[in-house]
Amino acid sequence: MSREMIKTWDARIVRRAAIEAFKKLDPRVMIKNPVMFVVEVGSVLLSVNLARDLLAASGERLAFEFQIVLWLWFTVLFANFAEAMAEGRGKAQADSLRRARTSLRARRLRDDGSIEEVAGPELRRGDVVIVSAGEFIPADGEVIEGIASVDESAITGESAPVIREAGGDRSAVTGGTRVLSDQIKVRVTSDPGETFLDRMIALVEGAQRQKTPNEIALNILLAGLTIIFLLAVVTLQPFAIYSGARQSLFVLIALLVCLIPTTIGGLLSAIGIAGMDRLLQRNVIAMSGRAVEAAGDVDTMLLDKTGTITLGNRQATEFIPFEGVSDRELAEAAQLASLADETPEGRSIVVLAKERYGLRGRELKGATFVPFTAQTRMSGVDYDGREIRKGAPDAIEKYVRQKGGAIPERMRETVERIAREGGTPLLVAEGNRLLGAVYLKDIIKAGIRERFNQLRQMGIKTVMITGDNPLTAATIAREAGVDDFLAEAKPEDKLALIRKEQAEGRLVAMIGDGTNDAPALAQADVGVAMNTGTQAAKEAGNMIDLDSNPTKLIEVVEVGKQLLMTRGALTTFSIANDVAKYFAIIPAMFVSAFPVLDTLNIMRLHSPESAILSAVIFNALIIIALIPLALRGVRYRPMPATAMLRRNFLIYGVGGLIAPFVGIKLIDLLIVALGLV
Amino acid sequence: MTINGWLQILLFFALVLVVTKPLGAYMARVYQGERTWLDFVLRPLERLIYRATGVDERHEMRWTEYAASLLLFSLVSMLLLYLLQRLQDVLPLNPQGFAAVPPDLAFNTAASFTTNTNWQAYSGEATMSYLVQMAGLAYQNFVSAAVGMAVAVAFIRGIARRESETIGNFWVDLVRGLLWILLPISFVFALVLVSQGVVQNLRPYQTARLVEPQIVQSEGSSQQVIRTQTIPQGPAASQIAIKMLGTNGGGFFNANSAHPFENPTPFSNLLEMLAIFAIPAGFTYTLGRMTGSQRHGWAVFAAMSLLFFVGVAVAYWAEARGNPLVAALGVDQSASAMQPGGNMEGKEVRFGIAGSALFATVTTDASCGAVNSMHDSFTPLGGLVPLVNMQLGEVVFGGVGAGLYGVLVMVILSVFIAGLMVGRTPEYLGKKIDSYDVKMAMLYVIIFPLSILGLTAASVLLPAGLSSVSNGGPHGLTQILYAFTSGTANNGSAFGGLNANTLWYNTTVGLAMLVGRFLMIVPVLAIAGNLARKKIVPPSLGTFPVTTPSFVVLLVSVILIVGALTFFPVLSLGPIVEHLLMQIGQTF
Repeated sequence: MSREMIKTWDARIVRRAAIEAFKKLDPRVMIKNPVMFVVEVGSVLLSVNLARDLLAASGERLAFEFQIVLWLWFTVLFANFAEAMAEGRGKAQADSLRRARTSLRARRLRDDGSIEEVAGPELRRGDVVIVSAGEFIPADGEVIEGIASVDESAITGESAPVIREAGGDRSAVTGGTRVLSDQIKVRVTSDPGETFLDRMIALVEGAQRQKTPNEIALNILLAGLTIIFLLAVVTLQPFAIYSGARQSLFVLIALLVCLIPTTIGGLLSAIGIAGMDRLLQRNVIAMSGRAVEAAGDVDTMLLDKTGTITLGNRQATEFIPFEGVSDRELAEAAQLASLADETPEGRSIVVLAKERYGLRGRELKGATFVPFTAQTRMSGVDYDGREIRKGAPDAIEKYVRQKGGAIPERMRETVERIAREGGTPLLVAEGNRLLGAVYLKDIIKAGIRERFNQLRQMGIKTVMITGDNPLTAATIAREAGVDDFLAEAKPEDKLALIRKEQAEGRLVAMIGDGTNDAPALAQADVGVAMNTGTQAAKEAGNMIDLDSNPTKLIEVVEVGKQLLMTRGALTTFSIANDVAKYFAIIPAMFVSAFPVLDTLNIMRLHSPESAILSAVIFNALIIIALIPLALRGVRYRPMPATAMLRRNFLIYGVGGLIAPFVGIKLIDLLIVALGLV
Repeated sequence: MTINGWLQILLFFALVLVVTKPLGAYMARVYQGERTWLDFVLRPLERLIYRATGVDERHEMRWTEYAASLLLFSLVSMLLLYLLQRLQDVLPLNPQGFAAVPPDLAFNTAASFTTNTNWQAYSGEATMSYLVQMAGLAYQNFVSAAVGMAVAVAFIRGIARRESETIGNFWVDLVRGLLWILLPISFVFALVLVSQGVVQNLRPYQTARLVEPQIVQSEGSSQQVIRTQTIPQGPAASQIAIKMLGTNGGGFFNANSAHPFENPTPFSNLLEMLAIFAIPAGFTYTLGRMTGSQRHGWAVFAAMSLLFFVGVAVAYWAEARGNPLVAALGVDQSASAMQPGGNMEGKEVRFGIAGSALFATVTTDASCGAVNSMHDSFTPLGGLVPLVNMQLGEVVFGGVGAGLYGVLVMVILSVFIAGLMVGRTPEYLGKKIDSYDVKMAMLYVIIFPLSILGLTAASVLLPAGLSSVSNGGPHGLTQILYAFTSGTANNGSAFGGLNANTLWYNTTVGLAMLVGRFLMIVPVLAIAGNLARKKIVPPSLGTFPVTTPSFVVLLVSVILIVGALTFFPVLSLGPIVEHLLMQIGQTF
């Protein structure tokens, strides 16, 4: 899939959307959107009326009537266009996915052990296939034998190959990806049409899109408002007749269309599609819109320590020399022992020595490096007659004792302190002298504390999950600023924690990869499975993170919130707009019967015709103007709900009150200048 | 406007503020079945009632059963009241020998009092026997108020309960509201009113000799000299107490609270207004108490107060300013030590401008509908205030119970729109608002303009509707609009000027009242039932807060916008254009 950001006004998408906008005029499609359906019915009615007037060549208002009809049709088309734009972005992504699903051939293993060649679509669940280097994996499945590096860039956009092997949490392979090295046996886990790729294409195309609960509720609200305005407009004619100012159908329908919430009605489905699309741009696939919505509501977030809160590797942060050893001496020995050590821990020791004591890395001529092995559990260097070793405390202790050295009293105490504080101790010895300890620490990711602060401001509780002991966990939790932690966590503890939070009415989000995460992923309201994870995990979750980046959960929540906020903001904006439209249209309707009503024409619009037309044009153009906002979502900054409400209320409520006054006035000036009325 | 006038308004509001908490807390105790100091007399009485009627007071009802009981009870009450009127000529306690009430008027009146509207298409002292007044109308004044309060309490329970199928027992809520709240307060209040000069007797009407004989001449007949005046009597005080307290508003006499036997002094005027607001204001505190969010209760109170002050300020300003056409004739309309100034047409001298404008605002904010001045004689803008107050859905304190559940529906809509703006699916005090709630809330909101606009539109098209109008032009439209607004909003105040006692208006206004009451109660109870079933989500920083000034501003905006957007077109053809025309010297 192409990972480049798709521009809002990409020419191909715009062209396709423009055509789609006309196709969507089909009333069977329109009826799903009650607000715009009313506009379409109004447009049809007026078109018929206009045709009649044209044939009868009656009325000098033909030009005016023609323009009203034209702009009403534009209103419907613009709304359709907005939806088509949102879908178009998904379609563009689906196209590139489809390319990955080209006719795949498979080598199927028969029961008797022989191999037959079949077409990919013939594979059924349970079949076993053999895939060698350079071949495409024909279907979703599980590696049951072998290990291979796989290029998954077609799915993830990530060019670095990943390792897939039998057993464990890295056994799932996806159809359409390519094996780069070795050979694996894969058991197919899905029937044709149900593969991950198929589902993904359907999802991004919006084909499976169902309205989410909140979208349904909002639709009901909008339909209700439409009925109220229908009532207001239908009954206005009798009042107008009573007042001696009968209105033409053109004016009444123009008023109706201006009043009903067309702005949000026209953009609502685009907002929903765009929400899923924004997730996709962050390489997260939501299995349903419901999951995206739920993400905005998350109260509690379960985060794995490693990878999310801390960098995966530990780093040296302190040299602790024992009696009779200077800081510098210990640092130098540790540095020497680590120069050839390419592990992150080793490099971090070299870096620390340089930072603290200005010890530069140097070329060691004639040195013999002793690599780390699982047996010795230490590494080091023999150089210039010195034997320097560093490693796990018990290993070094044994080494020193063997050499007949003494163990300083402070050793045990230091090692225990470091462990208690959440760190890992390393000991450094030269010959039979135990020099001191190196403090290796779990390094909290940069900026993660601020991230958690933001989450707290949003009202989200963070819980760190770790296999560490409670003491270590508490230390890291405090440093990272998470609200709570679950130490020595077993999979069933996770599940229990989620159930507990949910029983208290909270919505829980978590991210996981392993098979043992599956129950918890299924239980969580928002379960993000990592793409590197097992098939079980992926099926249990309701989102898949293609990057397998545990921090992604935070972004998922933000997208969810943004989606809901955009809906609320545009609804508020749409309703607030009506005030100005009333001040444009009502005086225009009745100024001939009651000249004093010109007082209400506070925008000083040129004439009744120009006023009504300006309002209708504004109403149509605002949909186009807000498409980028609907697709991008309103700007989101983490802040408490009260502050956020105040901000959005000012921008979209008060702004929505004022904007149309300005807009309608400008359009009025323009159409008068152009002589359109 | 005078300082004295504003002090009266502020004094009134201060008194409302004072009673809100104790009354609200007391009501919470009553409806939650907690101990109160009246239990020693009322508890045995309550048990007796349940035993006699076979009510199991521990039985809890789902919303459907609650609604069915309520509707059945109201239907039976309405039928009884109808029969009582139709048979008053053969029933006792009819010293004036009034004939049976005609069917259309009896239907209208039965609907009117059952719905707590108390729209009166008749004049009490010339139509209804004492038996109808006491056993029919006064009885309905009590029970219709208690029904409204029961619905409010059921709604609050819906919000407060978690994962519950039930919302209380209608019969228990009805009985407790009557025994613990309405009866005791009315009893004390009636005595206070008597002390001010309100009559309370069963005597036939008295005849007094006029000090100064009057000469009258009606069209087509000869001059007549009037030397005597008939002075109506009756058990007024007891009925007026509940008329105010239960936001009923149906006057014992035709002149309602402008009549000296109903509202004799400025002090009685103040107390009557206080009685109108007491229970609706108290309910905001009850809401806070029962849902455990006292600050939310006060936030709702604040939103209502804000709308109240805007209304009273406009009405007082418009009336105190007087009539520019009268001013043009060289008449001094300024307030001075010798005269109240302003537009005094249709107002009682003992209440003055402030006392009348305040009363008009209060009685239409709450769905009371008692009047101490003729709203028809207000300036166009002054008359617009009562009209708009009702069109906002009677949520500015509103009717007893009805005001609270009305405003809570608006709260749900506010929370729904604004809740989204903070990036969460909307929730209200921990309850997620789902599409069912929105559907029912929108139903509630749609029924209201459907009845008002639909029936007004029909009336301006039909000769039957137009023939009752006493003024032409925009003022005539306002008269009709006011009638259906008052009926649908269950307010019952009359604009005056419209001859409402016709077959058309008796039937249509009667229907409007039934629709505005019962068709709107059903969705309210449905929401209550649906809310009660839900879990409570504990609040967090990300939750939309319903206790802050921002929420108050939002709620007020939603109430104003929904009301204004619905009724602005018709208002612009009625009072607004009338006001503008008056500015240039044209009246109707």
